[in-house]
Amino acid sequence: MFDVIIIGAGVTGTAIARELSRYKLKVCLLEKEEESAFGVSKSNSGIIHPGTQNPPGSLKAKLCVQGNVLTRKIARELGVDFKETGELILAFSEEEIFRLHQLRDEAQTLKVPGVRMVDQIWLSQNEPNLSRNVLAALYAPTAGIISPYRWVYDLAEDALDNGVEIRTKSLVENITVGGREFTVATSSGEYKSRFLVNCAGLFADDISRMVGVDDFRIRPVKGEEFILDKKLENLTRHLIFPLPTKTTKGILVIKTADGNPMIGPTAQEVEDKTDLTTSNDGLQKVLAGAQKLVPGISGKDIIAYFAGLRPKAGDDFIIRREEKVPGFVNVAGIQSPGLTAAPAIALMVVGILKSCGLTLKEKLFFRSHRSKTTHLFSINFSQARKLIQENPAYGDIVCRCEMVSAQEIREAISRGAKTLDGIKFRTRCQAGRCHGSFCTTRAMKILSEERNIPLTEVTKRGIGSEIVKKDRDHD
Amino acid sequence: MAAALSAQENGVEDILILERDQFLGGILNQCVHTGFGLEYFKEVLTGPEYAERFIERIKAIPGIEVSLKTFVVSLSADKTLTFLKPGKLETVKAKALVMATGCREKTREMVHIPGTRPAGIFSAGLAQKLINIEGLLPGNKVVVVGSGDIGLIMARRFTLEGAKVQAVVEIQGTSRGLMRNLVQCVQDFDIPIYFNHKISAIFGRDRVEKVKVCKVGQNYCDVPGSEFELECDTLLISVGLIPENELIEMAGAQLDQKTNSPVAEGVNKTSIPGLFVCGNSYKVYDIADSVTRDSELCGKMAAEYLKELAGKNRGFGKK
Ligand SMILES: Cc1cc2nc3c(=O)[nH]c(=O)nc-3n(C[C@H](O)[C@H](O)[C@H](O)COP(=O)(O)OP(=O)(O)OC[C@H]3O[C@@H](n4cnc5c(N)ncnc54)[C@H](O)[C@@H]3O)c2cc1C
Ligand SMILES: Cc1cc2nc3c(=O)[nH]c(=O)nc-3n(C[C@H](O)[C@H](O)[C@H](O)COP(=O)(O)OP(=O)(O)OC[C@H]3O[C@@H](n4cnc5c(N)ncnc54)[C@H](O)[C@@H]3O)c2cc1C
Repeated sequence: MFDVIIIGAGVTGTAIARELSRYKLKVCLLEKEEESAFGVSKSNSGIIHPGTQNPPGSLKAKLCVQGNVLTRKIARELGVDFKETGELILAFSEEEIFRLHQLRDEAQTLKVPGVRMVDQIWLSQNEPNLSRNVLAALYAPTAGIISPYRWVYDLAEDALDNGVEIRTKSLVENITVGGREFTVATSSGEYKSRFLVNCAGLFADDISRMVGVDDFRIRPVKGEEFILDKKLENLTRHLIFPLPTKTTKGILVIKTADGNPMIGPTAQEVEDKTDLTTSNDGLQKVLAGAQKLVPGISGKDIIAYFAGLRPKAGDDFIIRREEKVPGFVNVAGIQSPGLTAAPAIALMVVGILKSCGLTLKEKLFFRSHRSKTTHLFSINFSQARKLIQENPAYGDIVCRCEMVSAQEIREAISRGAKTLDGIKFRTRCQAGRCHGSFCTTRAMKILSEERNIPLTEVTKRGIGSEIVKKDRDHD
Repeated sequence: MAAALSAQENGVEDILILERDQFLGGILNQCVHTGFGLEYFKEVLTGPEYAERFIERIKAIPGIEVSLKTFVVSLSADKTLTFLKPGKLETVKAKALVMATGCREKTREMVHIPGTRPAGIFSAGLAQKLINIEGLLPGNKVVVVGSGDIGLIMARRFTLEGAKVQAVVEIQGTSRGLMRNLVQCVQDFDIPIYFNHKISAIFGRDRVEKVKVCKVGQNYCDVPGSEFELECDTLLISVGLIPENELIEMAGAQLDQKTNSPVAEGVNKTSIPGLFVCGNSYKVYDIADSVTRDSELCGKMAAEYLKELAGKNRGFGKK
C-alpha cells in the first residue's frame, strides 16, 4: 500500500515524485514506457521560459515565472546544466513594436525580471546574424536552456535515491476506487494507494475517465522541429522568437543544451495521440519561419528532425483536486510551458495533496544534491587526461561524432538506461552527424553485456523496437 | 597502410599509424565479398584478404609503428594531433601528416524522408557490419533506398541470408553504383529496381512497417497518382558517401562545401603545407585499388615534402 501513486514519468510526474520524496511517504511512480522521459518530455524545445507570452491571470503564467526560478535552483542541486541565454522577441513593423510594449507591460505585471526593449543598434552588436528588417526586440534575460531528458532523468534518479519506487513498463489499464483506496491495475500488476496523481500527459483524459471524471479532452497539437549541425553552434547568442499569436509562440531559432541550434516548432492540431511523423510541409514552414528571423539558415544545415505533441486541454493547465473522487488529483493539459513550470507544478500539487489530508513529515535526510555526470564532450583535454588516467575506459571511444566513451555508456546504463534511445539521450552516443552508423553495434554490445540480455533483445525504445531480428551465433 | 609503405620506400624512417579500431584495414574488414584487387594484385580477393596483404608488409617493417584503439580527437594547424586510447590522452606532433580517415555514409536525415522514426532504418554500411562482422540479421523484409554500391551489395547479402528484398528505389534515372554490382547483386536475384522513384514516407511506430514510394518527374517533384506502398521491416539507406574531414577542418584547412573534400592546388594536398589527405577522405573512390594507388602517390608526396624540409633546415638535426 502506497501513500501516493503518480501516473506518468514525464517532467511533471518526476518533478512531483522528487518533491514528495522529501517527506516520510511511500510513493510509487508508474510509467507505461521502458524508461522515463519517453513521452512529451523528450520532444520539445528545451527552453526554460522567462514567463513572457502567457496571458496574465492564467495558471500557466504564474507557474512559468515560478518554474524558471525553481528550475535553476534544482538544476544546480542535481548537477544538470542550465544555461541562461536570454531571449529576444522580434518586431518587424511599428505595429509589432506596439505589441512588444504590451508584452513588456504584461511581463512586468507578472514580475518577469529584467525585461526591456532593445533597439537596432543593440541588436546589430549583440545578435549580428538577425534579419536586417528587424526594427526592435523585447529582451528577456532570464530565458534559458536545459537538456529536457537529462533533466527528467536526474529528477527521477534523485526521487529514486530518496526512496520513490519507479515502475516502468507499467501501463495503467484500470482504476477502482473503494473507500479511501485506489487500486491501479497495470500491465505489470496491481498497485494500491491512498492518493492518486494523474500526470499521464497525452493520455491524462483516459486516466481521469477511469475514476469517473470525464469533463476534458486532450487535443494534441503537433510540433515539428529540425536540428542543425553543431558547426552552427554560434549562429545566435539568444533564443530568437517572432511575436506570438493567440495560440502559439511561433517558429523559433533555438539554442540547445547539446550545442546544435534547432528551428521550429510548427503547431498543428492532430487526432492521433501517437502521430509523431514529420512532413515536407512542416519542413517548408519551419524553414520559411526561421529564415525570416535569421536569413542565413539553409535546409542543408539540417542533420536531424523530430515531432512532439503538446497535450492541450483548452487554453490553460488543469491542476486540481476532484471533489467527486477524494484523494485524486488531475495534472492535465500540461502544454507549453510545461517543461519550465514543472517544479512549480510540483509544489502546487504537494499543497493540494496536503489540503486533501496527506500528512507531510519531512525526512531528516533528504538527498537533494547529486554529483554531476561526466561527459567527455563538455570538459577540456587536461580534465579528460586526468579522468582517463584514473579510469582507462574513459579513453575507449564508442561514438566518434560526439566523443562518448564506453565508460559513459556503462554509467548511463547503471543509472537506468535500458534502451539505445535511453543511452542516446543521456550521453549523445548516436546523436551526431553519422546517426549511429559507427557506434550502434558497440553500444548494443555494451547494453547486452551490462543488462545480461541477448543482442536480439536490445531495443531502440522498448519492446517492438528491437534492432536486429536474428543472431546467427546464438540460435 | 599504402601511404605508410610508400613513404617508407621513399626514405621516411620514422612513421606512426594511428587507428581507432582494434584492427588495421578499415572498411575492408566488413567487405567479406570478393572483387577486390583485380587491378593491383591481378587476383580476386575478399576485403579482409586484401587488407591482410598490407598488414603483413606493415608488420615486417620496424620503422612503422602502429597504435590501435587510438582515437584522434583534435588536430591543429602545426600538425599536432591529440588522441585518446584506453588509459591515455596524448599529443604527438608530425612533420608531415597523411590523413586517411575514410568516409561516412549519408543518412536518412540528409535526404529528408518524412514519416516516423522507428527502429529498422540502417545505413547500408551499418547493416553490412551487423551481418558480416557481428553475425546479426537486421531484418526480414527489406527496401533499399538509393543504388550505391554498398546498398546493391547488401541487397544480395540479405537475399542470401534468407531475407526478402522488396525493391531498390533510386531517385535518379541510372544507378549510382558499378554496373557489375547492378547485374550481379540485383538483376541476377530478380530484385525489382525503381529508377526515378523516391520514398515519400516511412510508417511504423516502434519498427518500420511499410514505406510509400512515388515516381518523380522534373526537379525530383512527385508525380501525382504514382504512389504505391511496400511492406518492409527494414530500410537500408545507400544514398552516397561523404569524405570524413572534420579533423583537417578543425586545423583550419579549407573544405569544399559541397563534397567535403579539401580545397588546394594539387591532388592529395590541403591548404596547410605538409598536411596531406588520401583515399576515401580525399575523394570517394569506387574501388579499393584506386584508393591504394592514390595513397601510394600521397605517401611519396609526403616523403618528398620531408626531403625538401630537411634541405631547408640542413644543420638542424635529421629527423
Ligand atoms: C514541440 C514542443 C515544444 C515544446 N517546447 C517547450 C519549451 O521549450 N519549454 C517548455 O517549458 N515547454 C515546452 N513544451 C511543453 C512540454 O514539453 C510539456 O509541457 C511537458 O513535457 C509535459 O510533461 P508531462 O510530464 O506532463 O507529459 P509527458 O512527458 O508526456 O509524461 C506523461 C507520461 O505518462 C505516461 N503515460 C501515459 N499514459 C499512461 C498510462 N496509461 N499508464 C502509465 N503511464 C502512462 C507517458 O508514457 C508519459 O511518459 C513543448 C512541447 C512540444 C510538443
Ligand atoms: C561500406 C563500403 C563498402 C565497400 N565495398 C567495396 C567493394 O566491394 N569493392 C571495392 O573495390 N571497394 C569497395 N569500397 C570502396 C573503398 O573505397 C575501399 O574499400 C577502401 O578500403 C577505402 O579505404 P580508405 O583507407 O580510404 O578508408 P577506410 O577503409 O574507411 O579507412 C579509414 C580508417 O581511418 C580510421 N579513422 C578515421 N578517423 C579516425 C580518427 N579520428 N582517429 C583514428 N582513426 C581514424 C578508420 O577507423 C579507418 O580504419 C567500399 C567502401 C565502403 C565504405
